[in-house]
This record gives sequence, C-alpha cells and structure tokens, in this order.
Amino acid sequence: MSLTPDQLQRIALLARIAVSPEEARGVTDRLNQVLGLIDQLQAVDTCGIEPMSHALDAQLAVQQRLRPDAVTEPDRRAEFQAFAPAVEGGLYLVPKVIE
Amino acid sequence: MLNSTVIELSDALASKKVSSVELTRLFLDRIKGLNGRLNAFITVDEERSLKQARVADERRSGKGNSGEAGPLTGIPIAHKDIFCTKGLRTTCGSRMLADYASPYDAHVIERFNAAGAVLLGKTNMDEFAMGSSNETSHFGPVRNPWDLERVPGGSSGGSAAAVAARMAPAATGTDTGGSIRQPAALSGVSGLKPTYGVVSRYGMIAFASSLDQGGPLGKCAADLALLMNAMAGFDARDSTSLERPAEDYGRELNLDLRGLRIGLPKEYFADGVDADVLACVREATRWFEAQGAKTVEITLPNTGLAVPVYYVIAPAEASSNLSRFDGVRYGHRAKEYADLNDMYRRTRAEGFGTEVKRRILIGTYVLSHGYYDAYYLQAQKVRRLIAKDFADAFSRCDLIMGPTSPSTAFVLGAKTDDPVQMYLNDIFTIPAPLAGLPGLSIPCGFDGKGLPVGLQIMGNYFAEAKMLGAAHRYQQATDWHLRAPKETPL
Repeated sequence: MSLTPDQLQRIALLARIAVSPEEARGVTDRLNQVLGLIDQLQAVDTCGIEPMSHALDAQLAVQQRLRPDAVTEPDRRAEFQAFAPAVEGGLYLVPKVIE
Repeated sequence: MLNSTVIELSDALASKKVSSVELTRLFLDRIKGLNGRLNAFITVDEERSLKQARVADERRSGKGNSGEAGPLTGIPIAHKDIFCTKGLRTTCGSRMLADYASPYDAHVIERFNAAGAVLLGKTNMDEFAMGSSNETSHFGPVRNPWDLERVPGGSSGGSAAAVAARMAPAATGTDTGGSIRQPAALSGVSGLKPTYGVVSRYGMIAFASSLDQGGPLGKCAADLALLMNAMAGFDARDSTSLERPAEDYGRELNLDLRGLRIGLPKEYFADGVDADVLACVREATRWFEAQGAKTVEITLPNTGLAVPVYYVIAPAEASSNLSRFDGVRYGHRAKEYADLNDMYRRTRAEGFGTEVKRRILIGTYVLSHGYYDAYYLQAQKVRRLIAKDFADAFSRCDLIMGPTSPSTAFVLGAKTDDPVQMYLNDIFTIPAPLAGLPGLSIPCGFDGKGLPVGLQIMGNYFAEAKMLGAAHRYQQATDWHLRAPKETPL
C-alpha cells in the first residue's frame, strides 16, 4: 500500500492535523517508508489466530473490573478550568459551530 | 556520595551520616553544573525539593506527623516528565503541554511521596515517549554522558542520562517498546520494565495503553528492587492495574544460579548485531554458565515481525489517546483559526512535533475504513504469535538473555532522517511489551569506542524478582554498573 499526497490530506483531516501543501510531499514519503515496513505483516498466515487486544490475555484470565455505580469524584471544575485556553461562566469556549 | 547506590544512601541517611537536605543539595548542585551540557532535566524546582528533604529529615528523626521513615525516605529521585506532578509543570516533552500544570499526582508520584522520597526534578524525554534517541523532545535532545556527540537512547533518555551522569541516584521511566531498557543500555545504567499491569498508569500520560508500563532506572538491580517495592501495586483508577498481593522485589537477590536455565534466542545473536555488543553479551552469559547456570538455544521465530506489529498497534492506540489534545480543555491552542475544525487542525499541527504527527497519521490510517482488518486486526493476530513464541520458549528456560540493543549509542542526527532505521533499532526491546512480559537491562561491558553495552534479561510474567536476582548476582561479580562516564567526572 502506498499513499498519494491527496490520500494523505484525507487522513490528515480525519486526524485533525493541518498539513500544508509544502510539507505534504515529504510527509507522504516518510509515511510510505513506514507503510513499507508494516506491509510485511500481509504475508503472515494468521488463519485461525485470535486477535490479541490485551497485553496479558494470552496467558492470564483477565477479568474487567467493575466498580459500584457511585459518585467518587468531587466537583473540581474551577481547578480544572484554571488552565484551559478559554473559559467563561464555567463553560469551555470554542469557535462558533452553528450560525 | 554521588556514586553511591540508593541502598548505600539509605543507610547513610538512617545512620545520620548525611541529611536528606545535604543529599538533595548535592544532587541539585550536580544538576546545576551539568544540565547545560546534557539537557537531562526539563524542570527543576530547588525550593520544592529542599522542602520535601526537610520533611524527610524530620520523619527520619521521628518528628513531624508524616509517618514512620522507610528506606526511600529522604532519597532524591528524578521523574520522567510523563508522570503528572501537582504544582510542577508536566510537559511530556511536547510544545502541546509546555505550560501544563497538572491538578493531580500520578499514582507513581503518590507512592514516592508516601515513601518520603524527594522529587529532584522532571527529566527530558522524546515527545509523548515517541522516539528511541530523545531527539524528538520539544526541549531539545539529551546528550549521552559517555560521549556528548551521541544520543542517550529514548524515550526515557533524560532519566537514563541523569542516572549515568550521577545527577540523580535513581529515576523513573516508562517503556512502551523499549523506552526504559534501550536508554539504560545506551547510557550504561540499569532499568526494569515490569509485567504489564504491575505499575499503575494513572497520571502517566498515555501513548499506547496496551503497552505502556512504568518502571525504575538506577545504578544496580538491588536499587531497582527497592524502587519497585514503592512503585508497584494495585490502583483502582487504572482499569488494567492488576489486583495482586504486594511482593518484595528484592526477595530473590541471592538467587541460586545453579541449574538456572537461560534461554539464548538465536534471533538475538544474529547478523546485524554489532560484534562488540555480541562479544560483551556472550561473555556475560559465559559468566552465568560458570556459576552453574545452563544455557539453552531457543528460538523466537516471529522476532522480525515485532517491529512491524508495533508500528501498527502503537500508532493506532496513540492516534486515539492523543485525540484529547484539541486546544479546548488544556494545553496549546492556535492563535489564529477560521472555525472549530480549523482550530483543531492548527492547534495540533503547531503543538505536536514531526514524529508525533507521523505516528498519529499512521494510526489514523490503519484504523480507517477499509484498512482496519488488513492492518490493525492482522497486527493484533501477529501480536499473539509473538506472545506464543515466548510461551513456548519459557517451557524450556527460566530466563531469556540477549543484547538490549543491536548497537551502542549512535551519533546525534544519525537516524533522524530515516524513521524506519530508527524503529528497527528497537527490535530486541519491542517483543516483551507486545507479550506483556517484563524485561530489564544492565551494563555488561563497553565497545571499542568506550560506549556501554546492555545485557537484556527477560522473564515470564511476574518473574521480576528472579530477573533482578540474576542481575544482582552478576553485579556482585562485575563493576560495569559502577563505572562513571568520563565526560562527567565525579
């Protein structure tokens, strides 16, 4: 698989990262180097192999813990918003989304 | 004092030969003298450290109300800048978080605070722990104390260099694909990546959550055991933290090596590994044989696939984890933008460095519609094959030994233009975290250029105490771990 600069722009949009037209060529080239590396996986026969999504699931019966459905955290909004880029009246400010 | 182990410093504090304030000042002065050249620390707050030291001294003399003193009370420890520290900025090596002051402490920090350790400073690292040379840091590269023109390894490069240059008696790090063990090897110190789930990830800024694991770096295995006793333990705030009884990681330091079966994977002793590295590692394994251990040749046939698997799984998880950096709740926000989407895109383009953006883009691609099965699911399947290689190997041996890294420290800038060459350098450290297994690296000699070589010891799940025991026995008979770099004389 190899990406074109146009395909890169689509991925960059999904990732919410601006890639300028000037950098697009270089970024695409490097990404294609990495894709060349990971393309080696296509040749591996994994028929009947279960995907491993947890680091210990191969060896240990890992059970997802559940906790009681109770409030455990106090309200620390003012503290958390103290270092936010833009807040007003306890709300996070973002550019206007709807007209 | 500078060249003492944590255990020796702990004894000196207990017998009142030195106070924590004196010890902390000693290391703060050392940092002041060397950091301009090495760039191992991003943030140091002398007042805060000395205040903690005074409290520790009170605790040691039975005054105050902070509880009974323990072995780490009053010991200065450096922390990788990935661990959130309340009231002290936590940057993760990124412009995105250059001014971020966490409102809470990481579990690991809480543990060291409870033990009465002194926070010496926050160490430099590859941005968001993505790198093997500490060159991706927004705060500039760290230099290797053995040769200032070379990298210290990464991503915990600042922690490794700080311990190597005797700017800190010990430090914390994190390991996702080798980020504790590889810098430990390249900088000539000892470092342990525990079994996944042993050290809480709470407050440890996430890179790839199915792989990330915190661990200690220090001069010797016995110190690592002491630090592990403080760091490890169940924490309900990390959903993958394991509920296990507390263990003493130093309980097997006097491990009987007779009859110990040491597996030597043939893939780790192959072409592509520096001859000097192989010679040092082989000499170390011969030492174990001379003590009565038995070496057996084993095979980990999917070793060559570990790097490709890692560069699907780690970027995929990173692209998801790092989506939280959007310029809304914390961190950098672009100054100029047209609309909300443009604000996100510019914020992230400005806040992240080249390597972080590269990995987010790869992760986004392998998870995108039409490619998920071919890349991500396939990588997860091959990940299981790699874990199975280890399961088969550990039916034939107790520990696995080999080189930590195929080469010694490389020159700054040597691999920055070729990401794949940089990635392949981690071929021997990536397999263990993919399988969730513990691994450690200890110094085992020097190459022809006088650069340190690391011996990697891997064990089965929860075999940390045994691995540390084997390492400790070796360190009792050798002095590689006590040699200080000539560039930063004591």
